[in-house]
Amino acid sequence: MSPVYVARATEVAARSLDGEMMIMSGRNSTLFTLNPVGTLIWQSADGKTPLAEIVERKICTEFEVDPVEALRDAESFVNDLASHGILVVSGAPINSIKPIHGGAT
Amino acid sequence: MGELAAIAAQQVIIEIGGLPAAVRSNSPEFLEMLERRYSGFLSPEASTAFEIDVELVAPGRITDENDIAVRFESGRWVIERGDLRAEWEPKSRRGRIVQSENPYSIDAALRIIHSLILAREGGMMVHAASAMRNGKAFLFAGVSGAGKTTISRLAPLNATLLTDEISYVRRDGSGYVACGTPFAGELAKVGENVQAPLAALYLLQKGVQNTIEPVRASEAVRMLLENVLFFAQDSELAGFVFESACELVRHVPVCRLTFFPDQSIWELIA
Repeated sequence: MSPVYVARATEVAARSLDGEMMIMSGRNSTLFTLNPVGTLIWQSADGKTPLAEIVERKICTEFEVDPVEALRDAESFVNDLASHGILVVSGAPINSIKPIHGGAT
Repeated sequence: MGELAAIAAQQVIIEIGGLPAAVRSNSPEFLEMLERRYSGFLSPEASTAFEIDVELVAPGRITDENDIAVRFESGRWVIERGDLRAEWEPKSRRGRIVQSENPYSIDAALRIIHSLILAREGGMMVHAASAMRNGKAFLFAGVSGAGKTTISRLAPLNATLLTDEISYVRRDGSGYVACGTPFAGELAKVGENVQAPLAALYLLQKGVQNTIEPVRASEAVRMLLENVLFFAQDSELAGFVFESACELVRHVPVCRLTFFPDQSIWELIA
């Protein structure tokens, strides 16, 4: 299977509040609150690290999850956020994309 | 000297949220109406924070927009509704409104211009009642029917109503101040033109008893943003508003206030 790369979209504002990541789409002002796993994926979405590597090195080491199931859930998650314009998903590495405001932390 | 006096007579200075705005018109009748409408918010200040020229036209439809539409083009904000067309240039802090002789169009334009100014300065206008008591300000946010008018009506004598409809919140150092506004809701009562440090934001809901519960930060931001007046279709400005809401929640306690509609609720509001 070819690797999947994810990067944070440009028209996005993000902020961590009391451990919860809040993201607002600049496109339509929709708000998203990410759970800890989603937050970890968001923070790791640098466009250069394959999603499978993020899951293997970060999610599976921090959470007690089945690696296959975790990757499947992660793919579903990133595709869902991509459909809302929050993340960019690609089969090739993505050049660095920064949010409008806030950051990964 | 006579010419200067004549020019001075063609404007009124309306100060909302500490920002004096010179509003100019060729119609003395229109300016007199503004003086009555904003009587508690007129300023003798010679210097102004921004200037607006009002061009009066015959009553009738001015634009095709039914709802308010705000967009940024060629360095200026364009504000359109059926009854008005306004332009606001942030760089020069000058604007222009085309409308018929009525108080509602300029009121809407002023709300939007102030919201655009505040968005870049960390402040916001919130769909909320607010009151000042013991030197501190309290905001009561909620959708229509949540109780903004009710809690305003129940305010004790030692509370000063800042507004029963649209609250004006500005950054002030590391904190925030809430300012009175002339933007009235169902009480049809203009707020007092005073300001105080913002001590708490209450998310209103009516219930069978009075309770105050803390709200998670993410929920507070979400609820606050639902009540922020923000009309512009502009991703950059939306980002500023999001940041401002997050900052306010960091600095100001936000609680859910469930209240039974009698005066006892104000015993919980310090």
